[in-house]
Amino acid sequence: MGKVIVVTSGKGGVGKTTSTAALGAALAQNGDKVVVVDFDVGLRNLDLVMGAERRVVYDLVNVIQGDAKLTQALIRDKRVETLYLLAASQTRDKDNLTPEGVEKVITALKAAFDWVICDSPAGIERGATLAMRHADVAIVVTNPEVSSVRDSDRIIGLLDSKTLKAENGEQIEKHLLLTRYDAARAERGDMLKVDDVLEILSIPLLGIIPESTDVLRASNVGAPVTLADGRSAPAMAYFDATRRLKGETLPITIPGEKRGLFGKIFGRKAA
Amino acid sequence: MNLFRLFSRSQSAPAARERLQVLLAHERASAGDSDLVVKLRDEILRAISKHMEIDSEKVSVKLERGVQVSTLVVDVEIPFDATRKAA
Repeated sequence: MGKVIVVTSGKGGVGKTTSTAALGAALAQNGDKVVVVDFDVGLRNLDLVMGAERRVVYDLVNVIQGDAKLTQALIRDKRVETLYLLAASQTRDKDNLTPEGVEKVITALKAAFDWVICDSPAGIERGATLAMRHADVAIVVTNPEVSSVRDSDRIIGLLDSKTLKAENGEQIEKHLLLTRYDAARAERGDMLKVDDVLEILSIPLLGIIPESTDVLRASNVGAPVTLADGRSAPAMAYFDATRRLKGETLPITIPGEKRGLFGKIFGRKAA
Repeated sequence: MNLFRLFSRSQSAPAARERLQVLLAHERASAGDSDLVVKLRDEILRAISKHMEIDSEKVSVKLERGVQVSTLVVDVEIPFDATRKAA
């Protein structure tokens, strides 16, 4: 039985889709069977970031409405053979996502994959709450910036009240993924530091993804950043994050921070 | 000149951190729509409007959320109409 992850944030543009693609590819590169599911009905983009936009025939809504079988709608990645994509519908609106339909699809995916990664739309409405509904694990993507932190706090509240796990009195596992982090600006005092965000949101840290031109380069060519250039700083940060996701305890490193601060880096607690 | 400005500029991250801490403390407490100050504002205005017509243009409601205390200032302008007798 696979694990269901929701990648969520509340705010748009913080890196949910980039992170879904990168984490999904990284897990699959290690041999795990992974499916990434786009819940952003009407504004799909995961297909584009994954480089599969020209191969989408059927989507999540087609499967829910019975127009296509799940196996027909799954798109296999051309680079990593254990990586699959289930695209969102571009033409329907989000009302086509029904709780019962989503539950059926997630249950079927869980039986066939090690990881089901749901890319949540921005906002706190239907699409976002359905994306998180069946999650075992939530990855809250946050930028070190006031509006993103506020929205993440709001999303954490929803994760603790609106998910199936929460309704059954269980704790949903939550992790913070801090993206677009610029160590130099934080050091100068012009960007919230890792510890500031951790203290405010108080959920464990999964990883710190540095602000990097490699992320845009990867999306330009339609490859998850871990596939486009596995040696780049953001890719390495995503690889570390997936190892933590699988339960390894790794020291958190702050990409781009000065060498002299090694003590501080290794003293930090991992997720 | 620009270099000077860069070095003389004060840090902004501490302000971000403090503003977030105050805001989120309030937002977490009011999750589920039980923000006391907002309720008070509505009830005060309702109570006043029972006795007089309130011109919404002439009402100023100010709210300041602080770390320890919040203050609510409701400023209602009461027109004095000499030609009308008290009800």
